[in-house]
Amino acid sequence: MPTVKFVLDGQPVSVDVPADTPLLYVLRNELGLANPHFGCGLAQCGACTVHLNGAALRSCVAPVSACEGQRITTLQGLGTPEHPHPLQQAWVDEQVPQCGYCINGWIMTAAALLASTPRATDAQLREGLAGLKCRCGTHQSILRAIKRAQARMLA
Amino acid sequence: MSALSRRVFLQASGALVVVVAAGQASIAAAPGAAVADLPAVPDPTQLDAWLAILPDGSVQAFFGKIDMGHGLEVAIAQIVAEELDVALASVSLVMGDSARTCNQGGASGSYGVSHGGRPLRNAAAEARRVLLAAAAVQLQVPVTELTVRDGVVSVTAQPARQLSYAQLIGGRSFNTRVEWNKAVGNLMDVKGQATPKSRDQYRLVGQSLQRRDLQGKVFGTLPFITDVKVEGMWHARMIRPPHAGGHVQSIDTASIAAWPQAQVVHQQDMLAVVAPGEWMAVQAARALQVQWSADGTRWPGHDGLHAALRAAPVLRREEPLRRGDVDAAFAGAARIIEAQYEWPLQSHASMGPGCAIADVRDGRATIWTGSQKPHSVRDGAAKLLGLAPEAVRSIWVMAPGSYGRNDAGDVALDAAWLSQRLGKPVRVQYMRHDATAWDPKGPACVHRGRAALDASGKVLALDFTTRGLSRVDAQFHEADPRDTLAGQALGMPSNADLGLGIPGESYDFAAKRLAWEVVAPLQARYSPLRTSHLRDPLGPEVHFGSEQFIDELAVATGHDPVAFRLQHVTAVRDKAVIEAVAKAAGWQPRSTPRGRKGRDGLLRGWGIAYAQRNDTVVAVIAEVTVDPATGRVRVPHVSVAHDCGLVVNPQGLRQTIEGNVLHGLSRVLFEQVQFDSETVHSVDWASYPILEMADAPQHIEVVMIDPTAAAPSGAGEPTIRSVPAAVANAFFDATGKRLRRAPFTPERVKNTLAQQSSKRNTR
Repeated sequence: MPTVKFVLDGQPVSVDVPADTPLLYVLRNELGLANPHFGCGLAQCGACTVHLNGAALRSCVAPVSACEGQRITTLQGLGTPEHPHPLQQAWVDEQVPQCGYCINGWIMTAAALLASTPRATDAQLREGLAGLKCRCGTHQSILRAIKRAQARMLA
Repeated sequence: MSALSRRVFLQASGALVVVVAAGQASIAAAPGAAVADLPAVPDPTQLDAWLAILPDGSVQAFFGKIDMGHGLEVAIAQIVAEELDVALASVSLVMGDSARTCNQGGASGSYGVSHGGRPLRNAAAEARRVLLAAAAVQLQVPVTELTVRDGVVSVTAQPARQLSYAQLIGGRSFNTRVEWNKAVGNLMDVKGQATPKSRDQYRLVGQSLQRRDLQGKVFGTLPFITDVKVEGMWHARMIRPPHAGGHVQSIDTASIAAWPQAQVVHQQDMLAVVAPGEWMAVQAARALQVQWSADGTRWPGHDGLHAALRAAPVLRREEPLRRGDVDAAFAGAARIIEAQYEWPLQSHASMGPGCAIADVRDGRATIWTGSQKPHSVRDGAAKLLGLAPEAVRSIWVMAPGSYGRNDAGDVALDAAWLSQRLGKPVRVQYMRHDATAWDPKGPACVHRGRAALDASGKVLALDFTTRGLSRVDAQFHEADPRDTLAGQALGMPSNADLGLGIPGESYDFAAKRLAWEVVAPLQARYSPLRTSHLRDPLGPEVHFGSEQFIDELAVATGHDPVAFRLQHVTAVRDKAVIEAVAKAAGWQPRSTPRGRKGRDGLLRGWGIAYAQRNDTVVAVIAEVTVDPATGRVRVPHVSVAHDCGLVVNPQGLRQTIEGNVLHGLSRVLFEQVQFDSETVHSVDWASYPILEMADAPQHIEVVMIDPTAAAPSGAGEPTIRSVPAAVANAFFDATGKRLRRAPFTPERVKNTLAQQSSKRNTR
């Protein structure tokens, strides 16, 4: 079995798994992360989203071999309770989550979006978040939280 | 065949009484399962079953329901902290563990606060009474001279004389009896000698206190059901028949030879691939070649579904409301108005597919489940496995969403059965196609509204009938394996019941008949199109017709839809929510559609709907835009007036209402299960689209009304009931056309706009 090495949330890691194993399964089973989540396995919902060198990636369809030598960031690496990413703080401030299973998708995608388009308008945010699912219907508070974080990041 | 599988076979082919007998026999025979060793099942008559004061003085409350995401956890903790006079932070909840919590019925019917909170409130009040009595003895003053604050009892006149709850009882049991009302489930309640606080004494209840599960969710550290790992567990994926009435004919195990550790587990139509690794199980399940036979079952397809419902024999009819002589009113009517409406099958399509982990060994079972009814998982698994309920422990873990009887109830019994067969812990996680295609569906239905008018346009009689698939073709819980895929795949007969219902309202028409009719399921057993409870069971479905029809009456008689409702509802709280939502939305009276094309090329309209649900009343006004070029319907603004009695946590309530609105919009605008005569085509998010961010409203206005000093009456579902009809009525206001079939897909909208006039039959 090939060895794949990459940087996970700032730490170098090395796994021996079949090369076609989706990154999601490696993160959850081999590397023991309690996130990201399996939602569809088809890149249709976003629950598995991580960053590959800062860009949002649906880890459920990305073979681990594509991560060789790359920098992978998960929700846990984005921020911590002590040093939260502005989006994570805003998610708490706005009391966004209901079940919370979709959070990886929204926060990781929004983080990448705000990094590339800091002054994204309401329409750009909605467009940039296309394809993400939330079954509890927290969309209003998600938008409120992103705009709150955006204001903080621009201040 | 092993002894265990023989027992399952016996269950499968026998009647219920055989199942129970087999279960009892097996527990007596099972090694190491002496009753004394079995996990404790809490005794509701003991205060200790509800509350514990730990050595450090913190409070543990045992809640036999679960918080699937609305923030019920903090609301219940607020109630407990309130009655005990402790800080909120010192209260933690144990939720939905069958060995540690009484069976309060799990998540059910928006009863979390209203019913679920009751015994906790009473138990906490009783605990405070017992603690004060103990303090009075030790401090040698009457109870009336004591004050409690933050879990410290002090002598009011001499505050330095004090005893903390920790000192009084920390780590020891109350050993105090409470009076149990003998009910199990939602109605379970206990009473002590204490009287809980009155509203004017509340300091925590009514506050928007922050939820306590957010950090774990936002920083990715909170374990979900999918994150539970048990040492030595194997992973399984289920294989379902690809077409209607399919049965396993033969299995080519050589087709998974590439994964030598993977195994096929098979009995009757129960078929799974198990492997020590998850990705291995996924790959092998995909690769497994199975020959399926067909038993001739044919479905009507989603396009033929409503015609089939109309043609099907009625198996049960009920008239929950019958007033006056309806038939005489129609016979003497000057004018009759009639309209029909159609609602599709809809999927729970939970955010994540069902997942469960089971460890069944040595005559005992532990099941980690995301089911919203963990005690039902215990009971259903016990019957399936041939164990006594006391030998099964079901532990709820936060799950990817749950708004009724979704696939979590099935996967738990799949895991239990596989673990028993393999003799090792098994984790089953469904794939997306298992979840969307095979979860129990919200029932499809057709509605017929008729009204008899006199020559002046006065409504003499209302006659409304809905006919649909049963809301309990699969029961709304999994306490009986016959209601699960596992039980039915193993040959058990269906436990189907016949039920539907009619939403509550208080219209005063002199003669009124509200009826529901249920027809046979589309497939008798082991069906991807079985129907059960989906958020506000039958509320949005039926209300889509019943409240649109009220709108049609208003228009037909030349009345403004808000004024018409205010003229005809009789309940004071109903009037209040309608008036409040009209005010909040800045409603402009109209008696004909106001829709006109704006500069943006969009047609714009407003619609109202209102409903009762148990003791909660909600009115909704939706503003919609319709793009005639694309057929796209959007809902930029929604106003909600909501009266659910006492509000425990206003911010939690607001978010719950918003979620209801979004879910309701998704269901009326996007959602329908697509299938043909033998295949379900809605298998993922592409083939079962739901609302996304682009279609989320710009603003949702919430008005909370609490003028009645009523007890809390529930908020998890009432709002969704009125959303589809409000949107439909707004569509009419925008376009002058009625769209009486959901969902409002662009193609359907364009077809409706192209029609010359609305289809309402008037004579």
